[in-house]
Amino acid sequence: MAPAFPTTTVFAHQLSRWFGARSAVQEIDLELKKGEVLGFLGPNGAGKTTTMRMLTGNLAPSAGTINICGIDLLDQPKAAKQLIGYLPENPPLYRELNVDEYLTLAARLHRVAKSALHDSVERTKQRCGLNEVSKQLIGSLSRGYQQRVGVAQAIIHNPEVVILDEPTVGLDPIQMREIRVLIRELGGTHSVILSSHVLPEVESVCDRVVIMHLGKNVYSGSIEALKQLREGHSLELGLRNPPELSQLQLQGVISVEKVNDTLFEIQYDPGNDPSEELVKAAAERGWGLYQINRRQTSLEDVFVQLTQQE
Amino acid sequence: MIFLIAAKELKSMFAAPLAWLILCIVQLLLAWIFLSRLDTFLLLQPQLIQLAQPPGATELILAPLFGSAAVLIMMSVPLLSMRLIAEERRNQTMPLLMSAPLSMTEIVTGKFLGLVLFLAALIILTGLMAFSLSAGTSPDLGVLIGNLLGLVLLSACYAALGLYISCLTAHPVLAAVGTLGALLGLWVLDVSASTPESLLSWFSLLKHFESFNRGLIDSADVAFLVLFTFTFLALAIRRLDADRLRG
Repeated sequence: MAPAFPTTTVFAHQLSRWFGARSAVQEIDLELKKGEVLGFLGPNGAGKTTTMRMLTGNLAPSAGTINICGIDLLDQPKAAKQLIGYLPENPPLYRELNVDEYLTLAARLHRVAKSALHDSVERTKQRCGLNEVSKQLIGSLSRGYQQRVGVAQAIIHNPEVVILDEPTVGLDPIQMREIRVLIRELGGTHSVILSSHVLPEVESVCDRVVIMHLGKNVYSGSIEALKQLREGHSLELGLRNPPELSQLQLQGVISVEKVNDTLFEIQYDPGNDPSEELVKAAAERGWGLYQINRRQTSLEDVFVQLTQQE
Repeated sequence: MIFLIAAKELKSMFAAPLAWLILCIVQLLLAWIFLSRLDTFLLLQPQLIQLAQPPGATELILAPLFGSAAVLIMMSVPLLSMRLIAEERRNQTMPLLMSAPLSMTEIVTGKFLGLVLFLAALIILTGLMAFSLSAGTSPDLGVLIGNLLGLVLLSACYAALGLYISCLTAHPVLAAVGTLGALLGLWVLDVSASTPESLLSWFSLLKHFESFNRGLIDSADVAFLVLFTFTFLALAIRRLDADRLRG
């Protein structure tokens, strides 16, 4: 099947993969447009890595088609792979080479023209902040730098599609932020697919998200829609001088649950948010309000919701 | 692309001390054999002259030297070939090659070529050692070239078999043991052969080197060694392709 628009960079149709009798990925449909960042979200074993390996030609799908910028990956693997940059879960680094040697090798393996070789290595090092470690052996670099080298090899040939499998795993918060900024930047000119099991990460860098569970696509949509889905309808209320539970039953409150002596969880009717009333009542009656916040549903809750919907 | 992968293999080999150590030990052992043969030859020379058709320095020194080289290379190939694919698997670096616009044939051929080039360096050094005889006598250049060609073809067989076995596992040591076992097995295969024409002796790799060792380039032997190499390269390509299919 041909992609729907000329700007579509990745088009996967009914992608499935079995390992023996075990099904790892079932009938996944994907479409990615130029300049878009798509997040793959899911618990471990959801089939994210398997899908990514299929999209990059590392694993043959049991069924389905993959189209990269109009080129069928299974029919013309060489031409299609030229357009993809891939960072697997474990960055494929040759520890015995230094950063310059490794990036030059990666560029040449991706058929970067000899004349453009030097420029693309320098530009990529600049982008990934690798200039100061150019001559160091990869084996001697810290985990964060190794991860950056991994990202660098994925973008060195300026591919249309960049696929990053858990790019921020094992990094410290500052490095994570740097990588996220880089990914956002990449999203402007390339199409990016990244996988993660950290929800905030996906929220901060992705335009769209696909949630996978047990090999199935359980949710696919924009980040905004996901955020709404995540907002539960419960409040966390902290009171130093709590009244009787019955007094908290204001209009709109469905149920009140005591978490501990001063903390309460309040389920409310979505159309009738009691927050304001609660604050007012707390001030008037001297309950000693010290905390009130809308509880964000955890990723787990979202999964439970989504999987139950199916 | 093939040459790029071969160059990378050579670089990785020489980045580790193992390759240097193997070069050094093999050269040392061969030099020892060469010198002791030379010694014996000089000792026997007065008696040899009395023979009607005395064997020359080429037959008495070079043939055994290259015969030993064939065995020593056989012993060192498993140590070099083990890392070709198995180590990439263990270090999880295969995806770099698999996601690059390369065919399996290019990957396998490149890695094979890298190892053969290393072995060729070892063979050339041995050839130079043999050629040093020309300082005192005139060695039979035909025999010398025949031996060098035979050694290269034989090394290619070893390398292809080693590469294939390295494709079967993610543990370099297992690959090394497997390759050594297979090569030794192919060497001693003809021990149990009842006649020289039996099938068992036909599959013994070193048997096919014997004619080269005498300075004879037999097209049947050349064909066997080349076919053997291609067979195992094709098997290695198939095995790697199966990785993609089976996962």
